[in-house]
Amino acid sequence: MTDRQLITLRVNGEPYELVIEPRRTLADTLRQDLGLTGTHLGCEHGICGACTVLVDGAPARACLMFAVQAEDRDIRTVESLADGDELSDLQRAFSAHHALQCGFCTPGFLMLAEGFLAERPEATREEIRELVSSNLCRCTGYQPIVDAVEDCARRRQASRREHDRAACGEAERSGHAAGA
Amino acid sequence: MKPAAFTYHRARDVAGAIRLLAELGDEAKIIAGGQSLVAMMNYRLARPAHLVDIGRIGGLDHLRGDGSTLRIGALTTHHAVEVATDAWLGRGFTLLRDAMAWVGHLPIRTRGTVGGSLAHADATAEWCLLAVLLDAEIVASGPRGTRTIAAGDFFHGFYTTALAADEMITEVVFPRPAPHSALLEFAERRGDFAIVSAAVDLDVDEHRAGRAVRGGRVALGGVAPVPVRVPEAEAVLAEGGQAGPDLFRRCAAAAAAAIDPPGDGNGSADYRRALTQTLIEDACAKAVSR
Repeated sequence: MTDRQLITLRVNGEPYELVIEPRRTLADTLRQDLGLTGTHLGCEHGICGACTVLVDGAPARACLMFAVQAEDRDIRTVESLADGDELSDLQRAFSAHHALQCGFCTPGFLMLAEGFLAERPEATREEIRELVSSNLCRCTGYQPIVDAVEDCARRRQASRREHDRAACGEAERSGHAAGA
Repeated sequence: MKPAAFTYHRARDVAGAIRLLAELGDEAKIIAGGQSLVAMMNYRLARPAHLVDIGRIGGLDHLRGDGSTLRIGALTTHHAVEVATDAWLGRGFTLLRDAMAWVGHLPIRTRGTVGGSLAHADATAEWCLLAVLLDAEIVASGPRGTRTIAAGDFFHGFYTTALAADEMITEVVFPRPAPHSALLEFAERRGDFAIVSAAVDLDVDEHRAGRAVRGGRVALGGVAPVPVRVPEAEAVLAEGGQAGPDLFRRCAAAAAAAIDPPGDGNGSADYRRALTQTLIEDACAKAVSR
C-alpha cells in the first residue's frame, strides 16, 4: 500500500501542488517531481553536500529532509541564482576562480555559500574555509572554492559600502535642501 | 538508498504528539530535524512504519538563560545555539555555543535539534557529552505526565535512553554555569563523528594568585557505549593544585588509565587512550584560559 499525500511546496518563489509519498526526500522531489535537476544527489546520507539547498534561507541537505517536512517553508535551489542568462555574482566568482571542474558538486557549494554569506556577510577567510569543509569536491582541491567565496564576499562588502556612501551623500544633500 | 514507505503524521502540539505515539506504539518514531534519522532511513537501518513530525510544534525552540540556569527547548537547532549572544545564553554557558562548531557542518546544524540529538544518543554526540558533564536535566512528556531525568540516568547504551516509546523530550535544563569549561574532539576529517571527545569543567579559585584548581569534572565520548564521567581523573583535580601542564597531564593520565575503550576501524583501544590523554590536557588548558 502506498500512502500518498497532497502537499504544497514553495520553491524559488513558485508554489507547487504535489501528490507524493511521504518517503520522498526533498532532493528527489525537486529533481523528479518538479524537474529542477540543478540540485544534485551524491551520497544520499548527508555527507557530500551536493544536494544543499536553502530552507527559509539556511543551507540544508535536501537528502536529509522529506518533502512533507518542507511544506510552508521557502525553498531555494541553484536555479534561483541566475537571472535568465545572467549569472549571479557568486556564480561569476566560481567561474573566475576556476572553482569547479566537473561541476557535480557546484550547485551544493553555491547554495551553501549563498546561505552562509547572507548570514555572515563579513566572514573571514578562516570562517569560509570552515564552511567549505561542509561539502565534498573531488576536482578542485577546495582552494579555488575558498577563493571564489571570499572574492564574492569582498565584492559584496565593497558594493555595500559604496551603497551606504551614496545613501549617506543623498541624505546629506536632502538635509542641506531641507535646511535651506 | 531510498527509505522504506511510512505513514506521516504531523503533530500540532505536545499532547497531540504523545497521543499519536501512544496510539501507534513501537512502530512509530519521532522526527524533528531528521539529521540522523533520515540518513538511517535512507540506509534502511531504520524502517519506522510511522513518523510523527514534531517540527511544527510551537514553543519548543527557546533558549532561555537567567544567569544561573539555561533552558533549551527540544526543537532549538544546533545553529541557534551557535549564533546565540551572551545575553541569550547567560554568563558561563559559552561552552555550549563553542561546542556547536563540532556538530557536523553548518547545513546539518541548521536542521538538527538539541532534543533530537539527546534522544538519538550517539555515543560521540556533543549534546550527550555536554549533558553528562554539566548534570543537565532532560524534561520529557508522556501519557503519564511530565518527568525530569538526570543526564546521568538518561543514557542506557548505544542509541538507547530512559525514554519510553510514548515519551518525547520537550526541554533540557543546564542547572549551573560552567565558566571554566571546554570541549575538544578528534576526528579524521572535520565534521565527522569524533573518535574520542573530551569535555572538562574546572572549578577555579579566582581569588588566589596563579589560579588554583580545586576540583572539576571530566567527561569522555567515544570510549564507551554512552558518554561517561571519569571519577579517577576528577579525583586528581579534587586534590587541587596550580592550574598548569603538570596538573592537567596527571588528570589526563588518570583518565587514560581508567577507561577501557573499544578498538575498531576508527582506532585501536591504545589509540583512543592516547587521544584521551591529549584531548583532556588541551581541554583543561583551554578551560582555565577562559
